[in-house]
Amino acid sequence: MIELKNISKGFNGRSILSNVSTSFEKGHVNLVIGGSGSGKTVMMKCMVGLVEVDSGEIIYDGKQFSGLSRKERKPFRQEIGMVFQGGALFDSLNVEQNVMFPLSMFTNQTLEEKLERVNFCLRRVNLVNSNKLSPSELSGGMKKRVAIARAIATKPDYLFCDEPNSGLDPRTSIVIDNLLKEITEEYNITTIMNTHDMNSVLEVGDKILFLHQGKKWWEGTVEDILRTENQELNDFIFASKLAKGIKKH
Amino acid sequence: MNWLFHLGRYWVFMKEMFTRPEKYSLYWKQFIRELNNFGWGSLGIVALTSVFMGAVITIQTIYNLVNPLVPMTAVGIVARDSIILEFSPTMMSLVLAGKIGSSIASEIGTMRVSEQIDALEIMGINSSAYLVLPKIFAAIFIFPFVVIISMFLGIFGGWVAGTAAGVISSTDYIMGIQDSFVPFNITFAIIKTLTFAYLITTVSAYQGYYTGGGALEVGQSSTNAVVYSSILILIFDYVLTQLILT
Repeated sequence: MIELKNISKGFNGRSILSNVSTSFEKGHVNLVIGGSGSGKTVMMKCMVGLVEVDSGEIIYDGKQFSGLSRKERKPFRQEIGMVFQGGALFDSLNVEQNVMFPLSMFTNQTLEEKLERVNFCLRRVNLVNSNKLSPSELSGGMKKRVAIARAIATKPDYLFCDEPNSGLDPRTSIVIDNLLKEITEEYNITTIMNTHDMNSVLEVGDKILFLHQGKKWWEGTVEDILRTENQELNDFIFASKLAKGIKKH
Repeated sequence: MNWLFHLGRYWVFMKEMFTRPEKYSLYWKQFIRELNNFGWGSLGIVALTSVFMGAVITIQTIYNLVNPLVPMTAVGIVARDSIILEFSPTMMSLVLAGKIGSSIASEIGTMRVSEQIDALEIMGINSSAYLVLPKIFAAIFIFPFVVIISMFLGIFGGWVAGTAAGVISSTDYIMGIQDSFVPFNITFAIIKTLTFAYLITTVSAYQGYYTGGGALEVGQSSTNAVVYSSILILIFDYVLTQLILT
């Protein structure tokens, strides 16, 4: 479980996140939604330590994470996997080397053991016979799947996904969403996903946090969303005519 | 005051970089890769530039040698000393700043804007150390070899041009390059080269590492890397010459 206690963050005197408190449960897909500029990505970067919070606390399973030095954070790092919006695959490495990279860096496994783990992770994300392809030869969906394989290679306890289905067609988006859901439940991971995609919200979200103007505006489950009277949330989620129709029914 | 900010951040960048590697074997692989890039990858342009610059130095020296009392062997002396003291370490470093500096800045800058550096940090890897240290050590290791090759090729280019044009005899040129040779000049050239290697890699890596934005900013970082490395090479060339040769 990850807990946020009154975290705030600003840049150049402009507040981006203001007193956000929430918790993300283990074994669940926790979604963070909100319009562009609502502070989702900054919140995720604070949670993984890429950006330091101005105030507040971030707690991983009872252990303080915020305010620690790079060295003190090292044990946490190896428990964290992250899937970036663009995949962030290393251009100079092929698919196999990308997935193997964290294993080579942090384990003393033999090449055979590493290869076995890499192939397992690639099979898990439904990518076979792609080991020797370079990132430039992959489609958007394949890049995301390799990024997921790399993120789970070291068996993390926490998985962060920053808009994992942006730029993907609806069918591939659902494949990625379902994959993340399955992985979360299978390995009992705390998964936190930033998304704009309403399919994701309705399909895989166990818990949903809605950020608006850098503040926690609403949180609840998918069932709660369909019943909520929160104006900003309804304007965001049910923006299209089709979605408004779903809400009515 | 902007330069003070960059100077401070550059030192912090250096401090964070010189830490114990997470895994020596992976740093070693990077080091070998960079050796190949910096050494083998630069040999073509270094060879071409050296041969032609040696040729030009020799022909221009002959052209300016109007006093009949000065022996023709002086051409070899001038060509040798110009090449060893200035042309090979400094001019070659300027060429390498253009080739290698821009490549380092754009490689690291692209990694920054495509979140690859964030990915390294999230894995718990010291990204500045992993990306930059092997480059610094590779440059410091390989640049002296490149510069020594450049010296040989420059002097060889002068001999070919001078004798082919019939403006100096092979004997005069070879006697000239052997006359009054000061071995310390080679040491001085190597000291300069090591300094320039460090400057090119760290300044370019700094520019790339702190790239913000997108493709436009990567291009800007690449340009800045070449400009600032070149300026620093010229400043340090003067400082080292003043400190060591006078």
